Amino acid sequence: MESSAYITLKDVVFSRSGRRIFDGVTLDIPEGKITAIMGPSGTGKTTLLRLIGGQLRPDSGQVTVAGHEVPRLKRKDLYRLREKVGMLFQSGALFTDISVYENVAFPLRVHTALPEDMIRDIVLMKLEAVGLRGARDLMPSELSGGMTRRVALARSIALDPELIMYDEPFAGQDPIAMGVLVKLIRDLNSSVGLTSVLVSHDVPESLSICHYACIIADGKVIGEGTPEELREHPSEQVQQFLNGQPDGPVPFHYPAADPGADFGTNGEAS
Amino acid sequence: MIDRIASLGRSSLEVVGSLGRATQFLAGVLAGVPKPATGFPLLVKQVYSVGVLSLAIVVVSGLFIGMVLGLQGYTILSDYGSEAAIGQMIALTLVRELGPVVTALLFAGRAGSALTAEIGLMKATEQLSSMEMMGVDPLRRVIAPRLWAGFIAMPVLAMIFSVVGIWGGMLVGVEWLGVFEGSFWGNMQSSVDFVDDVLNGFIKSVVFGFVCAWIAVYQGYDCVPTSAGISSATTKTVVYSSLAVLGLDFVLTAVMFGDF
Amino acid sequence: MAQRTTEIVVGFFMIAGLIALLFLALQVSGLSPKAATATYTLYANFNDTGGLTPRGKVSMAGVTVGTIESISLDKQTFQARVAMSIHADVDNIPSDSAAVIRTSGLLGEQYIDISIGGDMESLNEGDTFYSTQSAMNLERLISNFASGR
Repeated sequence: MESSAYITLKDVVFSRSGRRIFDGVTLDIPEGKITAIMGPSGTGKTTLLRLIGGQLRPDSGQVTVAGHEVPRLKRKDLYRLREKVGMLFQSGALFTDISVYENVAFPLRVHTALPEDMIRDIVLMKLEAVGLRGARDLMPSELSGGMTRRVALARSIALDPELIMYDEPFAGQDPIAMGVLVKLIRDLNSSVGLTSVLVSHDVPESLSICHYACIIADGKVIGEGTPEELREHPSEQVQQFLNGQPDGPVPFHYPAADPGADFGTNGEAS
Repeated sequence: MIDRIASLGRSSLEVVGSLGRATQFLAGVLAGVPKPATGFPLLVKQVYSVGVLSLAIVVVSGLFIGMVLGLQGYTILSDYGSEAAIGQMIALTLVRELGPVVTALLFAGRAGSALTAEIGLMKATEQLSSMEMMGVDPLRRVIAPRLWAGFIAMPVLAMIFSVVGIWGGMLVGVEWLGVFEGSFWGNMQSSVDFVDDVLNGFIKSVVFGFVCAWIAVYQGYDCVPTSAGISSATTKTVVYSSLAVLGLDFVLTAVMFGDF
Repeated sequence: MAQRTTEIVVGFFMIAGLIALLFLALQVSGLSPKAATATYTLYANFNDTGGLTPRGKVSMAGVTVGTIESISLDKQTFQARVAMSIHADVDNIPSDSAAVIRTSGLLGEQYIDISIGGDMESLNEGDTFYSTQSAMNLERLISNFASGR
C-alpha cells in the first residue's frame, strides 16, 4: 500500500442481540483515498461505520482512527475526534425543523465562534459546492431525495473534516442524482485529499470511483484490493457478488428445513 | 408451570432493566449543564412548545372543571344550608388535588405524547445519530431542554388551571346561583392555608412535571425507531405518565396531608 | 425575529404563572404580606383536650389572636400541655385569664378561647395559664344527664 493507513481495524469482533456480526475483521483504510466497503445487505456495513465513529464499541479488537484508539477514548476526546469526521447518513438525517441554510450552519454554530457573516460565507460556499445555493431557504421536507443527500453532504463537509464516511450514498437514487453524487464524491477527494469511506452494495458505481475496495460477507473480509485486482479475484464468493449471480457460495435460500417437511411431500414417490 | 414463572422472571428483569436505563439516561441528561448562551434560546423554544401551546386546553378544562365543581357543590351543600362553603370546597379541591393532577394528565396527553413522537421521529430518521457524529451530544442538545421545559411549564400551567377553575366556580356559584360573594371569598380565605395547601399543591405539580417530562423524553429516546415503535412509545408515554401521576399523587397526599 | 416572538410569548406565559401564584396566595388563601408577624408563646395545661389539633386557632372575644403550636403530654401530672403562639401586638392578656376549649358550632372544630380576667399584670413569653377549662365532651354530658346527676 502506497500511503499510510488513516483507519485501522484489527481483529474486530462485534455481536448484537446474540448474533455475531463481525468475526475478526482486519482492515486498513488508506489516507487521502476513496475506499469502498461492499457486501451483501445485512452484513453490517453500517455497523462498521458506527464502530469507526465510536457510536458502538467492539467486543474485542482495535479500532484506530488517526492514531486514536476509538473505543478507549474518553467522551470529551471522542467528541473532539468526531469534529474531524463527517458522516453522510443513508436518509440524509437533516434536522427537519430548520431550513437548509441552518442545517449546514449547525455544525459551524456549535463548534466554532465565527461571526455570523463568516458563517454565511462558508455555508453558501458549501451549498455552492453541491449546487444547491439557491435552495438555502427551503425546508428539508421540500427537497427531493437526491437534494436531501446533497444538502447532507454539504453539512458533513461544513467543518472541513479529514475523513468522510458515506453510508449507502447511491441507494434509491435515480441515475442522474447518482451521477451527481459520484462526481461530488470524486471531486471532494481529489480537490482537498479527503479520506473517504464508502459503504455500498452498488458494485459498478463504487468500483468506478474507489481507489481501493474490500468486500465483507459473513462477518469477515473475503476480498480486498484495487478494483482491477478484485475483478480478477480467484474467490468464487467475490465473483458471485461482483457479477450479481443469484446462486453460488452465497445461497439463494435462507437456511430452512428440508423442503419435504414443509410441503408435506415426504415419503411420496413422485 | 416453570415456563410461566420463567416468563414472570423475565418480564420483571425487563422492568428493572428499563428502570435502570431510564435512571442512567436521566443522569446523562442532567450531568451536562449547557452553556447559558446556547442553552437558553433552546429552552425558551421548548417552553413555548410544551407550555404555551398547552395553555388553551388547560384554561378550557380548568374553566369547565371549576364550573362543574360549583354546580355539584351547590346542590349538595344547599341541602345543609351551607352553600356559602362552596368557595372553600372549590378552592381546596382545585389547589390541593385537581389542579396538579388534571393538569398533569392533560400535559401528558398534549405535550408528553408530542415530545415522545418528536424525539422518536428524530431517532428514526437518524437525526440523533448524525448529531452525535457531528460531535454534539443529543442528550444535551435535544433532550435536556425538553426535560427542563416540562419541569418549568408544568407548575405554571397547574397554577393557571387552579385560578381559572376558581374563577369558573365563582361564575357559577356567585353570578348564577346567587351565593353571597363576600362569604364565598371569606370562607375560602379562612380555610385555605398558603403553605399547607397552595405550596403543597405547587410542589405536587413540580414533581408531576418532572416525572411526565422524564417519561416522555425517555420513551422517545428509547423507542424502536420504526413507525410502529414510535406509536407504541407514544401510547406508553400517556399510559405511564397517567399511572405515575395518580400513584405519586396518592403518595404525596399521604405525606403532605396525612399526618393528622 | 421568530426567536424574539417566542421569547416574548414565553415571557408572558411566565408572568401569567406568577400572577396565578399571587392570586392563589392573596385572594384564595388570604395570605397578607405581614403574615409573618412576631409572636410569643404561652402554655396551658388541660385535663382533656378533646379534638384540639395543632394549627387550630386561639381567639379572644371571637377574634383570632394566635394559633396552637403543639400538644404534648406532661408525664408528671398526666395533663395535656398545649403551647400556643400569640400575636405579639396582643401583649396585655391579664395574668388571671382562663384558657377554655370551645367548639365552633355544634359539630365544628375545637379552638381555644381566652376569657379575660381582671388582673393588672399581663402574661409574658413562656408563662402558663393559671386556670383552664377542658373540652366539653358531648357524650359524657349526655350520659351524665341520662343517669340523672
